[in-house]
Amino acid sequence: MTRLAPHPESTFPVRNVGAWLLFAWAGFLILPWYVVGGGLFSFGWLADFGTNGPAALQGLHGAPWLLPLILPLLVATWLWARRRTGGLAMAGGLALLWMAVEGLAIVHSGWGFSWLAGLAGTKGPVQPGMGWGAVAYALAMLMLVAADLAGRGWCKGDRFVVGSLLIVIATLLIFVAYPLLSILSSAVRDNSGNFAPALFRQKLFDGNIWSLECLAGGRNCGVAWNTLFVAVLVGLLSTVLGLALALIALRTQIRAKWLLRGLSILPIITPPFVIGLALILLFGRAGMVTIFLSEHFGIPRSRWIYGAAGITIAQVLAFTPIAFLVLVGVLQGVSPSMEEASQTLRASRWRTFRTVTWPLIRPGLASAFLISFIESMADFANPLVIGGNFNVLSTDIFFAVVGAAHDQGRAAVLAIVLLVFTLAAFLIQRQWIGKRSYVTVGGKGDGGVPAPLPGGLRLGAYGIAVPWLVLTVVVYAIILMGGFVHQIGRDNTPTLEYFLTAFSIEKGVGGWFLSGSAWPSLTMTMTLALISMPFTAAIGLLTAYLLDRQRFTGRTAFEFLAMMSFAIPGTVVGISYILAFNVPPIQMTGTGLIIIISFVFRNMPVAIRAGLANLGQIDRSLDEASLTLGARSFATLRRVMLPLMKPAIVTAMIYSFVRAMTAVSAVIFLATGRFNLSTVYIVGRADVGEYGIAIVYAAVMIVLMMIILVGIQLLVGERSLGRRRAGAEGLPIAA
Amino acid sequence: MNDSLAASTGATTAHPAVRFEAVTKRYGEVVAVDRVGFDIAPGTLVTLLGPSGCGKTTTLRLIAGLEQASDGRILIDGTDVTALSAAERDVSMVFQSYALFPHMDVMENVSYGLRAMGLKKAEAEARAAEKLSLVGLSGYEKRQPSELSGGQQQRVAVARAIVLEPKVLLFDEPLSNLDAKLRRRVRDEIRGLQQDLALTVVYVTHDQEEALAVSDRIIVMRSARVAQDGTPRELYNAPASRFVADFMGDANLLEATVGPHQGETAGVRVGPLTLELPHRGISPGPATLAVRPHAVRLAAAPAGKGGIEGQVTKAAYLGDHMEYTVNTASPKAELFATDADVNRAHEPGADVAVRLDPESVVLVAND
Repeated sequence: MTRLAPHPESTFPVRNVGAWLLFAWAGFLILPWYVVGGGLFSFGWLADFGTNGPAALQGLHGAPWLLPLILPLLVATWLWARRRTGGLAMAGGLALLWMAVEGLAIVHSGWGFSWLAGLAGTKGPVQPGMGWGAVAYALAMLMLVAADLAGRGWCKGDRFVVGSLLIVIATLLIFVAYPLLSILSSAVRDNSGNFAPALFRQKLFDGNIWSLECLAGGRNCGVAWNTLFVAVLVGLLSTVLGLALALIALRTQIRAKWLLRGLSILPIITPPFVIGLALILLFGRAGMVTIFLSEHFGIPRSRWIYGAAGITIAQVLAFTPIAFLVLVGVLQGVSPSMEEASQTLRASRWRTFRTVTWPLIRPGLASAFLISFIESMADFANPLVIGGNFNVLSTDIFFAVVGAAHDQGRAAVLAIVLLVFTLAAFLIQRQWIGKRSYVTVGGKGDGGVPAPLPGGLRLGAYGIAVPWLVLTVVVYAIILMGGFVHQIGRDNTPTLEYFLTAFSIEKGVGGWFLSGSAWPSLTMTMTLALISMPFTAAIGLLTAYLLDRQRFTGRTAFEFLAMMSFAIPGTVVGISYILAFNVPPIQMTGTGLIIIISFVFRNMPVAIRAGLANLGQIDRSLDEASLTLGARSFATLRRVMLPLMKPAIVTAMIYSFVRAMTAVSAVIFLATGRFNLSTVYIVGRADVGEYGIAIVYAAVMIVLMMIILVGIQLLVGERSLGRRRAGAEGLPIAA
Repeated sequence: MNDSLAASTGATTAHPAVRFEAVTKRYGEVVAVDRVGFDIAPGTLVTLLGPSGCGKTTTLRLIAGLEQASDGRILIDGTDVTALSAAERDVSMVFQSYALFPHMDVMENVSYGLRAMGLKKAEAEARAAEKLSLVGLSGYEKRQPSELSGGQQQRVAVARAIVLEPKVLLFDEPLSNLDAKLRRRVRDEIRGLQQDLALTVVYVTHDQEEALAVSDRIIVMRSARVAQDGTPRELYNAPASRFVADFMGDANLLEATVGPHQGETAGVRVGPLTLELPHRGISPGPATLAVRPHAVRLAAAPAGKGGIEGQVTKAAYLGDHMEYTVNTASPKAELFATDADVNRAHEPGADVAVRLDPESVVLVAND
């Protein structure tokens, strides 16, 4: 990074810095510093300015630790009056540091650190969570830091770039890194908050997690081994199935476009637990197939589906499309001319496949395996629905928090174990396989016709893929129709009973109203998903822009932090948000905001991927041309990049909306009575055995999502959607 | 800050349009531009010339503000712009790929800079139309860039760059995407435009012929440093190093021995030959003789007594001239020669005697 003399006086950004200073003063002097009941816009806080007052007032009445925050503000204002940016970074940095220190040291129950309490000998002062005043103050301070750093020549002296970089980093630190650290800190403490390393060790090496009893004929293995076992199995099966499907789609006469399309859309629009639900209706004790077999063949009913078998089947059905998409990308990247070269050298078709094609796609296979592995580990809803007594890490984390035990420490320890597994797989996938890949994905094709499959291989691929396809069709048929019969399998008379219970609209005293039991959660989910949609796209595409177009120190670390949320299982996000944001300094649990934020940061990597794929196709000299023509980064982004990034914007918006609608693992921790969500509602219905309503609701969601996807396709046109799909291929989407 | 600025630029009114003061650009360990310094006078066309990877494009991008210097100072028209971003510098650039915005038509492209400055649409379009007619593209305003030929696209790029009337106009290998026939014409157009409008132009190329044709001055770069800075004639006739001599016209480099100075000249021995050449301050002793291909004269062996003995190893007929490769034993060399006489060509394997035309050879110090 260049370190040069600060801006000469003539280029001091008077208005920019002045505006942020005003903002900071407003945050300090006018806006309520702490969280106010009823929200900022109810303006109730104005009536009670004394208790809900700004930092200045609070500082004089009982919260003296807020008063030092005025010093950086005065220094910055003085610097502004002198037209100097040098020093703003110091002032802003100290202000943010002090906010972090006082925020973490003094919480709602007294001292935030036990050693502080020991030192002071008292319970200590208390303060609630930070409010809009604090947010405004912190944001303004961050932007003053950006003005100084830009003045020193960081990021080519561009304030907008430095500013957005700092904002993205700050939000990643607060909403990704800080919650993860909260898990760690929670894991090493007992339930009353004291530091207890011995307890941590005991929990970490607990027999429940690591026991290998089942190998010695015992009852159960540890939950970590259970999870690992299922994940490896699912990874292998999904990869084999995905490969078979990809070979059929690309290398046989069928060349099934419908297969490609259908399979690329299914995992996006299907809420993750729906498949488990359908399997129960098929193979459960009272399932269709079970009843059929017991009535006609006398095979006794059993509970075999509830456990490892059911989880594995459900996950293979759910994640094969993802492995398929990865492998289609890889197979398309194998240049046909290489296979043609092999054939002109007199190699048979089988020899060509074995010695040329197979080695070229091997890294892709490893990649597909690891992605399915991560997905399986992260999956929460299927084990919850169909797991029975077979526990995996993600469900165990959930029950440790919501169950009777309510052991946050244990949940944290389990979350760490799960996180270590998925992050390790993520790292291997990025570092090791990424460097061993010979395939140039997205490169130009050089003509040629791919070699048809050797006969044996083709039969094998069909043999593997066709049963899977049949099962998939049956599963989706069950989901779409199962909710419209009395009791599927036993009593197949059609009924609208479940549909009406969930989605009826009645005329009451005040006109029409939505009386069905599913409406509140559906409208709430749609609202929150819609709100999160533009933010996800904005922050994801901004991050992609910074990653692709800017050079700065720590870029690799930044990229890692941004992409890491791919590999953080939703359950871990859920528990980490509860641990981090249940108490001050940032207190948000029970609000809609925390759900929106979890949507944004869970889905951000999808937007980043879409953005990176799109930016890769936009020549760098376009933004440079705009810069040399006098348009700054922001104007360039708005007038040149954004119009060219329409496909990525559409992709990011659609994916973030649909994924928000179908998400369950993270938000099941965060949903409340007021902020109830569709998926959480469905899981709840299924949990108490009301499969009819659950299935009907799931079917409605799938149809709704289809309509949205098709609607957008019609709206933006086939062409840009075609590009979108190319850009979104092979997204490792953690459930 | 202001005091030092005034002091550094002095009281003179005519600042150099661009001044580099010991500018260094590092990417981690790699030094792309190493303590480069030069002045570019207003109204001149200066070429940055060198092989790929020599730092010429990085130098251009440093002027534009697309790269930030790691060390040193950059002044444009007397103002220190070292810490300014590209958008804040009064500099425009024509990109190798032209970089026309694909989602805007020709008019929107050309008026882009004016609109970014905050000009009203009508005025911006009026001024853009003026520049479009200057490059001969009136009537093409509503075309999309994809509907234009390569040459037309480049003219749009030039119009877009000059519409802001920048203090310095930068060209990054502007001819590389054009076919051979078009190159000469576009080259002459650029030079004509520069002279008509008295623009200050910095031009990057790796083609020495192109550089000689358009430049008022050439800065030859090698391995991140300036190898030589001078007029085309100076560089060709008085190269400062073997590298420059070689780069500016495919010179054959022969070992030679400089005899005692006699006024401006000295006797220079090459194998059996002794030539009377300007010594250019090179002290007696071993030196290098740079021989242009057309200065190598070949004669069939028996007739050419006293010349350097050699043997033709390759001969190629190129229509209006012959190209030969000749191996000689003393001095040991592989000479590249051209000969306008295509009718009496030498066959590969023929023994020849080599003589050198003193008008087209130049003495260069050993590096």
